[in-house]
Amino acid sequence: MAKKESTLINMVIALFVITFVASASLGLVYQVTKEPIAVARLAKKMEAIQNVVPEFNNQPGTEEYKVAAENGDSLTFYPAKEDGKLVGTAVESSTNLGFSGEIKIMVGFLPDGTIKDVAVLEHKETPGLGDKMERKKSDWSVQFQGKNPANFKIAVKKDGGDVDAITASTISSRAFCDAVERAYKTFMKGGEK
Amino acid sequence: MNKLITISLSPHLHSQDSTRKLMTGVIIALLPSLAVSVWMFGWRTLIVTSVAVLSSVLFEYLIQKFLLKKKLSIVDNSAVVTGLLLAFCLPVNIPIGLILIGSLVAIGVGKMTFGGIGNNPFNPALVGRVFLFISFPVKMTSWPVPMGFKTALTDATTGATPLGIMKEGLRNSETIDNIMKNIPSSMDMFYGKMGGSLGEVAAIALILGFLYLIAKKIITWHIPVSVIGTVFIFTGILWLANPEQNADPVFHLLTGGLLLGAIFMATDYVTSPMTPKGMIIFGIGIGLLTVIIRRYGAYPEGVQFAILIMNAFVPLINSYTKPKRFGEEVKNG
Amino acid sequence: MSQIKNLTKGLINENPVFVLFLGLCPTLGTTTSAINGMGMGLATLFVLVMSNLVVSLIKNFIPDKVRIPAFIVIIASFVTIVELSMQAYVPALFDALGLFIPLIVVNCIVLGRAEAFASKNNIYSSIIDGLGMGIGFTLALTVLGGVREILGSGSIFGFKFIEGDGMLLFILAPGAFIALGYLIMLMQKIKSKSA
Repeated sequence: MAKKESTLINMVIALFVITFVASASLGLVYQVTKEPIAVARLAKKMEAIQNVVPEFNNQPGTEEYKVAAENGDSLTFYPAKEDGKLVGTAVESSTNLGFSGEIKIMVGFLPDGTIKDVAVLEHKETPGLGDKMERKKSDWSVQFQGKNPANFKIAVKKDGGDVDAITASTISSRAFCDAVERAYKTFMKGGEK
Repeated sequence: MNKLITISLSPHLHSQDSTRKLMTGVIIALLPSLAVSVWMFGWRTLIVTSVAVLSSVLFEYLIQKFLLKKKLSIVDNSAVVTGLLLAFCLPVNIPIGLILIGSLVAIGVGKMTFGGIGNNPFNPALVGRVFLFISFPVKMTSWPVPMGFKTALTDATTGATPLGIMKEGLRNSETIDNIMKNIPSSMDMFYGKMGGSLGEVAAIALILGFLYLIAKKIITWHIPVSVIGTVFIFTGILWLANPEQNADPVFHLLTGGLLLGAIFMATDYVTSPMTPKGMIIFGIGIGLLTVIIRRYGAYPEGVQFAILIMNAFVPLINSYTKPKRFGEEVKNG
Repeated sequence: MSQIKNLTKGLINENPVFVLFLGLCPTLGTTTSAINGMGMGLATLFVLVMSNLVVSLIKNFIPDKVRIPAFIVIIASFVTIVELSMQAYVPALFDALGLFIPLIVVNCIVLGRAEAFASKNNIYSSIIDGLGMGIGFTLALTVLGGVREILGSGSIFGFKFIEGDGMLLFILAPGAFIALGYLIMLMQKIKSKSA
C-alpha cells in the first residue's frame, strides 16, 4: 500500500479516524476502570480511618459529615460505628504551619475526646527531619496514643506543652500539634451539636 | 606551576607565587580560628580537623594515583586547605564517619570529577559541607554549646545557632526583642562564644586571618569586602524598614559562616572571578543571596548556598568583565 | 539488522537514558527507589511497545504532514489507558509515580522511536525495537533507582539493610543528577572497553 498523499481531505480523514478510535477506546477503558478506581480511593480512605479508630463495622467513608472549624473552613468527620453504636470518630485535619506546604493528618477520637491514634495523610516536610512524623519513618507520633487533650497539652515542650518534638524539627512538630489541636477543638464543638 | 592562575584564555594575570606558597599562606591564616575553636569546643576540634585534613589528602592521592593515573599534585597543599575548610564548617560533635564521607565528596565529587585542581567550578570544601548538610540534617545541626574543654558531646547539651534561634523565633512571630534574649551578646559572638561550626564562631580570629591574607597579598580585598558590605547594607535596609521583623546588621555579620565564607571560601582562586570588577559583582551576588536565604528561605544560614550558586556564575562574570584589548574596536551586535 | 541486535541495542549501545539521553525528566523525577524506577520503566515499556505497534501498523494510512499529531494522539491514548489501569489496580504505585505517568506522553523516547523507527519499519521489527528500548529504559531506571535507594535510604527494593537514614541527598533531586552523572561515566567506560 502506498503512502497517502498529504492532501487536505486525506489529512482530515486520517486524523478524524485516529481521534475517533482513540476516544472510543479511552471511553471503554474509563468505563471498565471507573468502578475499581472508586473502590481503590475508598479503600485508601478506609485504611487511614481504620488506623486511628477502634474496630467498626459500618462504612465511615460514606457517612462523612463536615463540622465548621474555628477559622472558617470545615473539617471532615468520619464516624466509626460498631453495630450502630458510635465507637470513635476520625477527623481529617490540616495545617499550613509546616516547614514546607500543607500537612494533612487523620486524628481518631474516642467518644470522650481521647485520642486513639494519629496518622499522616500528606506532607512535604524535609526527608530525614520533619518526615519522622510518619509512622513508617519513626515512632514519634506514638506519643499521642491514648492521650486526652483535656489533660495533655497538645504543644511541644518548648512552648509549654507535653509533646516531645522531633529532634531538630521543632517547626514540623509544632505544625503537627497545631493540626491535632485543631481537630480536637472542632471535635469537641462538633460533639455538642 | 601557575596552573591556578592560568585556567582561562587571556587575560593571563601573572603572579610570582606558586600554588604551594599560596596554600601555605591560607593555612597559616586559618590557624587563629583553629586556636579559638579549640578554646571554645575542646580537644575534639583537633580530632575533627585532622581527620578531615588527612582524609582529604588521602582521597586526593588515591584518586589521582588509581583512577586518574595522573601526575600527583598533593604537594601543592590544596587538599589540606580543602580539608581544613571542610572541618571548619562542621559541628564539633560530628561522627568520624561523616567527616570521611564529607571529604570523599569534597575531593571526589567536588574536585577530581572535574579534573582536579584548577578545573573545579565549585568550591570543593563547600560541596562536601552542603552534601553533608542536606544528607544528615540532624547530625549537622546539633550544635554543642561551647564550654571550652568541658564541652559535652552528648545530645543533651546541644543548642541552636543564633541564626537558627532567630529563624525559629521569626517563624513563630515573636518580636526581635524577645528572640534576642536567647542569643549571646554581640561581644560574645565576636569572640566566638556561641553555637556553631568549628571555624565560623570567632569573628575576631577570622578577621585576623583576613588581615594576614591581605598583608601577604594572597587575596585582594574585593570579594570579602563586597560580600560583607552587601550583607550589611541589605540587612540594614530591612532592619530600618521593619525592626520588629528583622535582626540588626551587626547580628548578621557576626553569626553563621558569613565571615568564614566571605574571607576563605568565596576567595578560592579557582572558583572566583579574575578581575577586580568581576570579584565585586561576585561578592555582591553572594551577599544578596545570603540575606535572601537567611531572611526568606527555609534554612537559617545561606552563605554556603550563596557561594556555590555564585560559583556557577563565575565563567559568565569572567566573560563579561574581561578587559578589552588595547585598540580593539568594540563590535556592536 | 538482525532481530537479536535490534532487541539488544537498547540495553547498552543505544540505551535511551545513558547513551541517547532521552526521557531524562521521568528518569530524574521518579527514581527515588528501585521499585519506583522499575514501575515507571514498565509503564513506559508498555506505551513504547503499543505505540510502536500501532504506528507501524497504520504508517501508510497517515499523511506525512499530520504524522506528529497523529503519533501524539496514539501515544496519549495509551498513556491514559496505563494511567487509568494503574489507578484502578495498583493505587500504591500510582501514588508514588503520580504526576509522572501523564508525562510519559511527552517522553521523547516514545515519540522518538515512533518517528525514527516504527514509521519506517514493519510491525515485527517495531515491536522488537519498542521492547528493546523499553527494557533498556526500565533497566536504566531500576539501576538508578537502586543506587539512589541504597545510598539514600539504606535499602534496596524496600528491604532495609542499615539502621536509620542514609545519605538523604540521594533521594532528593540533586542526588538524582549526581548518581546519573556517575552512572553515565561508568557506562561510557564499559562501552569504550567493549567497543
